[in-house]
This record gives sequence, structure tokens and C-alpha cells, in this order.
Amino acid sequence: MSNGTSMGSGKMRIRGLVRKEFLQIVRDPSSIAIAFLMPIVLLLLFGYGVSLDSEHVPVAIVVEQPGADTADFTAAFHQSRYFNPVMYANTRDAEQAMMAGSVNAIVVLRQDFAKQLRDPDGAPIQLIVNGVDANSARLVSGYVQGAWGTWLEHYAQLRGQKFEAPVQMEQRVWFNSELRSRNFLVPGLVALIMTLIGALLTAMVMAREWERGTMEALMVTPLSMSEVIVGKLLPYFVLGMGGLALSVSMALFLFDVPLRGSMWVLIATSALFLIAALGMGLLISTIARSQFVAGQLALIITFLPAFLLSGFIFDIGSMPPVVQFITHIVAARYYIAILQTVFLAGNDWSVIVPNALALVVMATLFLGVTWRKSRKRLE
Amino acid sequence: MTAASLAAYSPDQIALEVSGVSKTFHVGTRLVPALQQVGFRVRHGLVTGLVGPDAAGKTTLMRLAAGLLVPDAGSITVLGMDATTQSLAVQGAIGYMPQRFGLYEDLTVQENLDLYADLQGVPESARAERYRELMHMAGLEQFTKRLAGQLSGGMKQKLGLACALVRQPSLLLLDEPTVGVDPLSRRELWDIVYRLVREQGTSVLLSTAYLDEAERCDEVVLLHEGRLLAQGTPVELRATMQGRTYEISGNNLEKRVLLAKLTHVPGVLDGLIQGDHLRVVMEDTTPPDLEILLPGVSGMAMKPVPPRFEDSFVAMIKSKSGGKKFSSPIPAGKIVPGIAQTYPGKPVIEVNNLQRRFGDFYAVNNVTFSVAKGEVFGLLGANGAGKSTTFRMLCGLLPPSGGTLRVAGADLRHAAATARERIGYMSQKFSLYGNLSVIENLKFFSSVYGLSGKRGTGRISWAMDEFELGNIADFTSGDLSLGYKQRLALACALMHEPEILFLDEPTSGVDPLARREFWARINALAAQGVTVMVTTHFMEEAEYCDRIAIMAAGEILTMGTPGSIKQQTRTEKMPAPTMEDAFVALILAHEEATA
Amino acid sequence: MFARILALVLKEFLALLKDKRSRIVLIAPPLIQMIVFGYAATFDLKNVPFAVYNEDHGVASRELLAAFDSATTFSRVAELTYDSEIAPLIDGRQVLMVVHFGQDFTANMLAGRSGALQVIVDGRNSNTAMLAINDVREIVDRYNRAWLADHGSSQPPARIETRAWFNPNLESRWFFLPGIVGIITLLVTMLVTAMSVAREREQGTFDQLLVTPLRPVEILIGKTLPGFIIGVGEASVIVLAAVFWFKVPLLGSLLTLYTGIFLFLLSGAGVGLMISSFAATQQQGLLGAFMFLVPAIILSGFATPIRNMPQMVQDITLLDPLRYFLVVLRGVFLEGTPFHLLLDQFWPMALIGVVALSIAGWLFRHRMY
Repeated sequence: MSNGTSMGSGKMRIRGLVRKEFLQIVRDPSSIAIAFLMPIVLLLLFGYGVSLDSEHVPVAIVVEQPGADTADFTAAFHQSRYFNPVMYANTRDAEQAMMAGSVNAIVVLRQDFAKQLRDPDGAPIQLIVNGVDANSARLVSGYVQGAWGTWLEHYAQLRGQKFEAPVQMEQRVWFNSELRSRNFLVPGLVALIMTLIGALLTAMVMAREWERGTMEALMVTPLSMSEVIVGKLLPYFVLGMGGLALSVSMALFLFDVPLRGSMWVLIATSALFLIAALGMGLLISTIARSQFVAGQLALIITFLPAFLLSGFIFDIGSMPPVVQFITHIVAARYYIAILQTVFLAGNDWSVIVPNALALVVMATLFLGVTWRKSRKRLE
Repeated sequence: MTAASLAAYSPDQIALEVSGVSKTFHVGTRLVPALQQVGFRVRHGLVTGLVGPDAAGKTTLMRLAAGLLVPDAGSITVLGMDATTQSLAVQGAIGYMPQRFGLYEDLTVQENLDLYADLQGVPESARAERYRELMHMAGLEQFTKRLAGQLSGGMKQKLGLACALVRQPSLLLLDEPTVGVDPLSRRELWDIVYRLVREQGTSVLLSTAYLDEAERCDEVVLLHEGRLLAQGTPVELRATMQGRTYEISGNNLEKRVLLAKLTHVPGVLDGLIQGDHLRVVMEDTTPPDLEILLPGVSGMAMKPVPPRFEDSFVAMIKSKSGGKKFSSPIPAGKIVPGIAQTYPGKPVIEVNNLQRRFGDFYAVNNVTFSVAKGEVFGLLGANGAGKSTTFRMLCGLLPPSGGTLRVAGADLRHAAATARERIGYMSQKFSLYGNLSVIENLKFFSSVYGLSGKRGTGRISWAMDEFELGNIADFTSGDLSLGYKQRLALACALMHEPEILFLDEPTSGVDPLARREFWARINALAAQGVTVMVTTHFMEEAEYCDRIAIMAAGEILTMGTPGSIKQQTRTEKMPAPTMEDAFVALILAHEEATA
Repeated sequence: MFARILALVLKEFLALLKDKRSRIVLIAPPLIQMIVFGYAATFDLKNVPFAVYNEDHGVASRELLAAFDSATTFSRVAELTYDSEIAPLIDGRQVLMVVHFGQDFTANMLAGRSGALQVIVDGRNSNTAMLAINDVREIVDRYNRAWLADHGSSQPPARIETRAWFNPNLESRWFFLPGIVGIITLLVTMLVTAMSVAREREQGTFDQLLVTPLRPVEILIGKTLPGFIIGVGEASVIVLAAVFWFKVPLLGSLLTLYTGIFLFLLSGAGVGLMISSFAATQQQGLLGAFMFLVPAIILSGFATPIRNMPQMVQDITLLDPLRYFLVVLRGVFLEGTPFHLLLDQFWPMALIGVVALSIAGWLFRHRMY
């Protein structure tokens, strides 16, 4: 009791706060739901549900005058796993099908297809794509080109010829040779989920203490404000790392995403990102002081920017410079860059170090501002 | 009681010194002075009461002393340390219980204690002993594993106190510790406080708006509108009222009408209903004449009674504010013009064997009573006795698990929505839209009750006049003081001239002057045939009711007029029990019987 | 009845807009996000950095490189001289791809054989990689045709002539912008509704409402309308921004568009109020909003086609009002789809809205706490 007021008992105070926070977490299962249930549900849903790899695209094939040559050509479509060909006898029916959305593209082989094949100019094959989803349209067009190439080789072979294109393109895709979109979407999802976990766990906790009047009681103890922040951060950090471990295991074992870098780099950078995300939540909570406004802010600031501005789906390099500049304040951007590298490429320090540094800066900034804003006064 | 006599104390006798302190807050765009040039001292080893009406600046002063606020001017010295510059050291030496007790409701009693022991740096070795001591003192030994949120209000309050005491402080600051707590728990709190002072020499500064509590303090500091009004012992302060207080009794007493008349008589400072009697306070010591006080009323008797602290408080504040502002007694017959005359005796509220179960716990069990038209019916009980649950069922907010109830001939839960036009409801939280202004709240409720056009505007201007809200019409209601919030809440509940008024702890945390004013209105309403159903913690308010029922553990212990209930508990030791004595005796007897 | 509802609506608006912070939160971010996301959401690659490792120095490689340089998709940032320089550039993400011409590239071509063009792509973002490969293939195909024509060789026996309907230049922004209109409209609706009942419950004002003669239906309408009105207002502004700022064509009729907006807001406000009525606290309301919003956006077909999802997930998307709204938006904006062809999108939204609102209204009086 003699050294009751000494500053040496900071460890004890933090321990008390951390224990309190853990007990509250255990009592209110919603925090646990955020940390563990959300990753499971979202990863399952999105890991299986979200894919950019189009397969079995419904395509209308119009053959105006069927013959051996056209059958030869359409066989290429029937064999490809990318297409689900539907045969039509005239263009009008096919166009109506596309208007109704039941096919995504139309391939037209005209009446004189067989004859024109022998012309020096070659036969035109008309491809009409639905351009609304421009990305799918491009992919479909690429697949049709592929089917065409297959047919061409086959066609030449049958005639004992060898058709050689002047420039033969050989593609070599590093890190993800089959171009499995899941391999890049799943690490992105991990980052997205960690952003949500981080911000949601802490966005309301400070505001809640203010609204319930417990902050006042805390402040009249010999606690310093940094102790309050550490006491808030630590439990949710542990919880968040648990959620991360779960997400990463699901990525590795359920979705077979390769981990080419080291686990330690993954853990260290994730910890860094989590601190930044928790810091952002704490900052929201501290500024808002009311759960209602904090909730609204969290809804706006966290999810959509992390979804659209982080490079999760949309390539940052292709955005206009101003928007690229804005992406720098989205912490998920750095984390996604690190995750995609650590998972698919390996420990490449030239990617990891600068992005990790950016995360350090963001975490420091968020926590610093939180600390400045939460002075130990009630005003 | 003057500054000169205080100066005689040597510094080591002073636990807290406040000198020349001013503090102003920004509320929206307005500047609100909370404290102006306040100075006083709190002596070691005494219980000092910081007493004042709502918005007097009590909480601000407490927070300043705890180093949570910085004064604009002046200085505060706590145990020899400056509260502003050495706030961490001050916070390490004092114990502080904020208004809502500062408990984590989702933690158990033990976990709350552990937390505060950690925060206050209580050594592990000393804890077991200290916990045992505190839990014994608070009577919570059997409840250490219970969640704080599941404790009754009185138990929460004692746990809050235990947490503030976990590292034996030299100075204990208690900010309105008894708000919303039943009389039994209040008594227990006072016992604890005095034991602390006696056995451990702790100094206590306790703020309260309840004047009967001020009488229990060693010294009292009176605050009013941010200024120091007086400081001294309760006896000193009460002495000025000697020979100015009387009790009027008589057989055929229409007390509400008489009181309304009385308060208009010149020379009468204050009047109250006291069970079957009226109690009056005169402006000076000239003996009053019954003929002048109540001309034309026969069969009345008057006798002098000893003054209370409350009398001096009311007198002091009334003289400060020119005597008019408070207790503007409303002449009967003016308040609710639209209400039809009374049909006494016809039950308006009927409750039979009402039950409400939560899991296997009966919050309300076998409750039966009826309330006649124009009656003021009080529901009393400790925290958690089932008063609010009963209320919520009556208002149709909660379905009963068993039994029947009828309000104005219908069960509000299933009746057509228009049946709810006949009731008015005011909850203990004064549930108004905090970010709407006063006038916006009034307009909203008048429209919701379907008052349109002339009637609507008429009622709104009635509310503005009657409740003196004109000056603050554009203020955000969340920023109002508690007293004004309560007025506004009542105005909203009366917007549509209801026949039945439900008041759930309508005066919780409100000071005596506002309470008087409030009851003056309720009395006038009742006199016109409005049925009033009220729950309260204030035993003095129970005296204003026609009949009361005392609840405990979900059941009604006893029911009757205030006089008859006091009669029940009269013993040789206690020949003239107050309502509070009666209440405590009944509850204790019940607890013994069930234990 | 009308006056009572009007009073409720007015109160909701005051409660939402009187607080400055809350006002800013509701108005500024959606508009800013519309503009920023509008620019961010595109699959059209621009200035993709690439490096050239040219061991050939013949005329063909030079001509082909010139074709690369004239495309806006690519921007050449480095010339390599050794094999070993490739890996660090790609690993460190300084370039997305490296184009490699072998020593005898031109010589082979002149001799009538194929010249091998090696393209090494960073596959970490498989979508970007695939798009880049497609773009390279297009450039190569065009060059091949020109070369064959110049050198009098025979063309392949058939060629593909591609035409794109509704979006001739295949600008992916046209596809995403209507989607962003939908997402932001949903977000605003959730902001207004998801915590509104929970907040009143926490503050005790909900009891006060329930003891007035208001019927649950009236409270429901009073709570729905503000979200609805704010939603229609913001959706209109966002639509204007899409049309006039981003120049997305609006081919369909406004009637069809607004029918879609109304029904979507009905379902969005319904789900928001349902979440809010379920929640005992504002925190739970916020959580509920997230748990609905995140899947609703990702599974709506906004960025990844619903067609690519497994059947079970496709079935789940049937519960997602945004899914239907996106079809309506894209149809009305880009295809000019007439009203009757969208009926299949309208009725599910109406159904979701009515069911969710009914549950919310029922919960008003039956939710225990």
C-alpha cells in the first residue's frame, strides 16, 4: 500500500485493463463473432464464390449453312471448357437471346463460310460480344481467339500444312502459372477481412466507455492515457491475430494458396497491419465519442475503400494519378501488396520493406493522433 | 459558518480547499457558467455535503477536485496537492465514485474489484483481506460471482463505493451516490460512510440534491446556480427557521385544493402535503392565524412543528430568486381545461393476479390492485421490486405472463392504437429526443397524438406557458438541466390531455424545488379527475399519494393510505414513524420472513 | 394518420441532420466516394510498366516494339541486357512484364519461320496478368496480319471480326459505374436505418413512441421514409454524376430507372430496419449492417460475375437485393432495356422489401430486451 501511487505499477494497471477487456469480450460474444465467425463465413463465401475465371460461358453459335467445315470449327467450341455453346440457325434468334441475357456472345459463320475458306483473304468469322461487362467481354473474346487458334492448327494439320504465325507469342506467367484468380483473391480477402476485424473491434469500444460513464471512473485512477490505449489495443490485437491465424490456415489448407515466403514475415507484417487497423478503429471511436457516429464512420471509412482502392481487385497503377495518391491513405493497400508477394512470390524485400514501413507510419499516425486526442480530461 | 471561522483551521486539518474557482462550458454556441468564484474548505475526518439543486455545479466541482477538469480561474488543493498540475498524484490518493457508479456491467462483482485494485495498484498480498472487508461492509459477500449489471440499484451503488475504496483513500468523493436508489439502500450507504469516517478517519465529500441527506452531514456546503450560498453545520443552517413551521390538520380535508389556496396567501413561503396533514413554512416568525390562512374553512387545527434543513434551503433559495420562480403554485381548475368532472370510485385501472416471468425468475408475481378515477396511486419498492415491470405491462410495452389487466377498460397491448390516446407516459429516463430542440419535441409529440391545426398550436403554447419553456424553446433538449428535462417530458406526456398519467420515477435526481413544482402540477391534475399512477423512491412523495402499494420481490407487501401504512408500523420504540421508517420496517420484516 | 407520419418523418430528419457530424457523414462521403471509386474501378489497364530484353535488334522486333509504345496500355520503363536482370524487376513489382526477343527473332521471320516472342508476366494479380496478356496478344495479332500482307504470304483461312454491343470500346468503367451507384445507395440507406431503432431503444425514446397512438405500420413508414428520401436524393445526384461527369450513356427510360431505385431502396431500408429492430444495442446494429453489407456487395455481381460462382452461392445471391438492382442499372444505362424485360428483377426486390419490413414492424413490439 505504501507504493500505491508510484508509477512503477504501470504493468499491474495494464494487466488489469487487459483482463477487464478480455472478460468483456467473453461476455459479449459479438466481438468473438467478429474475430472468428466473420473470417470463416466471408472466406468460405468468397473463397468459393468469387472468381474471375469465366468457364462455361454461354455462347450462341450461328451456322447459316452447316457443313463439314463448320462442324470442324464448332467442335473447337464444344471441346473447350470455357464455352457452353448453343446452336442457332439464324442471327435474329441469337441476337434476341443475347438481349435477354441468356448468352454473352454470338459467333456467326456465314452461308458462304466453306467457300470463303479457300479465298486468299480467308473467311470472316463474326464475333459479337455483350460489352456491358467489358471485362467478361474481353475474356470471352480472348477465349474465342484461343478456340480459333486451336481450330486453325487442326485445319492446317488435316491438309498436311503447317501454319506458322510470323510472331509466335509464348507466355510465361510467374508465381501463378495457371492464372488462378483465387490465388490472388484469397490473400486480398484476408486483408479485407483483417481491415474489417481491426476497425469493427475497436470502433465502438472507446465511445462505449464514454457513453456508459465508465471512462470517468477510469480517469480518476492513476492510469495514464497511453496505458488506456495499450490496454485497449492488446486484447483486440490478440483476438485479431487469432482471426488472422484462422484466415491464413483456411487460405493455405482449404484454398490451396501457396505460401512461398516465410511464415514469420507473414506474421510480422500482419501484426503491423493489425495494429494500424486497430489504431484506426480507436481513432474513430475517440473522435466520435458517440457509438452512433462512430458506427457510421466505421461503415464509410473501412469497407469500401479497402475493397476498391487497395488493389484487391482493381489495379492501382491504372487509376488516375489523383486517385492513386488517395490510395496511399488506405492501409490495406500496403498489406495486400505484401500478402500477394509473401504468398505467391516469396520473401522479396524490395516489396516487403517499403510497404511494411508505410504500415509503421500509418500505425504510428493513428495511435499518435488517438493519444493526442484523448487527454485525460473530460472536456 | 462564515469564512472567518473557517480560516481558523490549520492547513493539516484541510482535506480539500477550493478558492475562487470559476468554470464555464460551451454548450452548442452558448457559454454556460457552471461555477462562479466558488471557495470553501473540506475538513479532515468529516462528512461534508455538497448540496444544491439541479445544475448548481455540484458535478463540475467534483470533477474539478478529481483533476478531470481544469478550472478557468482559481485553484483547488487536494490533500496538499494541486488538482490541476498534479492530477495523477491526486488521482492516486483519492477515491471517486461518479454518478453512474463507473461499474462495468458485464463484469462480475469480483472482476470489477480486481480491475480497480489493479488500476489503483493495490498489492496482491493485501487484496484478500481488503476484499473481505469491503464485501462485508457492502453486504455483497454472497454476490461476488454475479454480474454487476444484474445487481439492484442499491447493490450497484455499494459496489461502486467498494471499488472507490479498494485502496483506502484519504479523501472520498461521492457524486450524487443516492440518485435512483431506494431508502433502504440509502440508509445502508450512510452507515458505511460513517463507519469509514469513524474507523479509518477518511474525509468524505458527498454531493446530493436530497435535503434529508444533507441533515446527516457534519458540514454542508450549499451551492446554487454556480455560486456558494452558505456553509455550516445542518443545525446552524436550520436554526434560522425556528418558529416558522406549522402543521395543519383537520377532518374533512380536501388537501390538494387547500394547499393550492394556501400557497397564495401572503406570508406563506412554502406548503406541502404530508399524508393527512398540510405542512406550511412562513416567511417570518410572526405566528400565523388560521382564519387568515384558510378563510372560511372550519374544523382545522394548527400546531408548530420543528423545522427541517429543507425548510432553510427552500427559504434561502426563494429569497435569492425573489420568491417567485419556484413553486409557482398552479390554481386548480386551470391546468387541464378539457377534462370532464370526476366520477370517484369507478376503477380506471384494474390489475388481477398479474405475473411476469423472465426465465424462471418472477419479476412480478400475483399483483392485484385497482385505481379509481382521479386517484393518485403510488407504487413503492426497493430497486428491482418489480415496479417498472408492472408499469411496462400496464402501458402495453411488455406482455404479461399471467393474470389480467385493464387500463381505461382495455388491455393496451391488444387494444386499438387510439386507446393509447387516453394515457400519458413519462419514464424515469425522461425519454426525449436529445438532439431536437424543446419546441421540436413539443411539436413532434403534439402531432403524434393527432393534435392538428388550432388545437395543436393551442396545446403547444399552453405547454410553453404552463411549464415556462418559452425562453428555452430553441435550446437542444439534450443540453437542458435535469429539472427542465423533466418539465419538458411532463409537458410532452400531457400534450393530448390524457385521462391517465403513468409516471415512472418522475423525480429521480431532481432537486426539492423542482419536485415541489412538479407535484403542484400533479395535484392540480388529480383534482380535476386525471388518474395518476406513480412510482417513486422518495418516501416524502409517497405522502402526496392518496393510496400507495409497497412492492418487494415482485409482490405487493401492503397497500393503503399513507396514514394507514404508517399506522401499521407504529411501535413503542417508534411512536411516530415517518413514511421512510415505515417503508424500511416493512421491507426488513419481509426479508426476515422470507430468509 | 398522415399528420402523424409526417411528424415522425420530420423528427427523423431533424435527428439525423441536426448534428453537424452526422450531417457531414451522410452527405459528403457518398459523393466523394462516388467520384474516387468511379475513377478507381476499372479493368482497363493504363501505363502498365514493362521492360524489354531485346537480343535481336532486327527490324521486326523494332517494329513490334513501336506498336507497344504507341499503345496506351503499356509504358516501357527499362531496357535489359542480361537474363539475370529480369527476376529482380518483376519480383520487386517495378514492372508487370518483360518482353523478350531471342537473338534470331527477325532472322527466323524473314526465313518464313515463326519468331518467338517471350512474354514473362507477374501473375500475383492474375486478373491484371490476364488482361495484359490479352492486350499483348492483340498487338501481336495485328502485327502478324500486317507482316503477312507486306510480305505477300497467305493469310490464315479464317479471321475473327469482333464487334461489341452496348459498349463499343469495351470501357470497363461503364460497367462498374452503375454498380457503384448501387453500392453507395445501399450504403447510405444502411447508414440511415441500421442503427435508428437500436438507438431509440437504447435511449428509451422507443418506449415513448410505443405508448402513443402510433401504429407499428406508422412507425415503420416514419422510419422508412427518411432513408428512402435521402436514398432517392443521393441516388439521383450519383446518377447525374455518372451521366455528366463520367459520361456513361443513359439509354433507358427514367421511369424504369426510378422504379428500380424505389424498389431497391424499399428492400434496402427494409433490411436495415429489420437489422435495427433485431439489435438490442447500436453495436449489434452496426455489426448486423456489416454482416449484410459486405456479402451483399461482393456477391452482387459487382466485380465478379455471379455466373462464375458455384450453384450454392448463386442460390444465396437470390436473397441479395443489390444483385437485382445491378441488373436494372446496367440494363437501363447501357442497354436501354425496356421496363417489361426487367420485371423479373423488380418483383424480387419488392418481395424482399415487404418481407423485411413486415418482420421489422412485428419486432417493434415483440422484441424482448
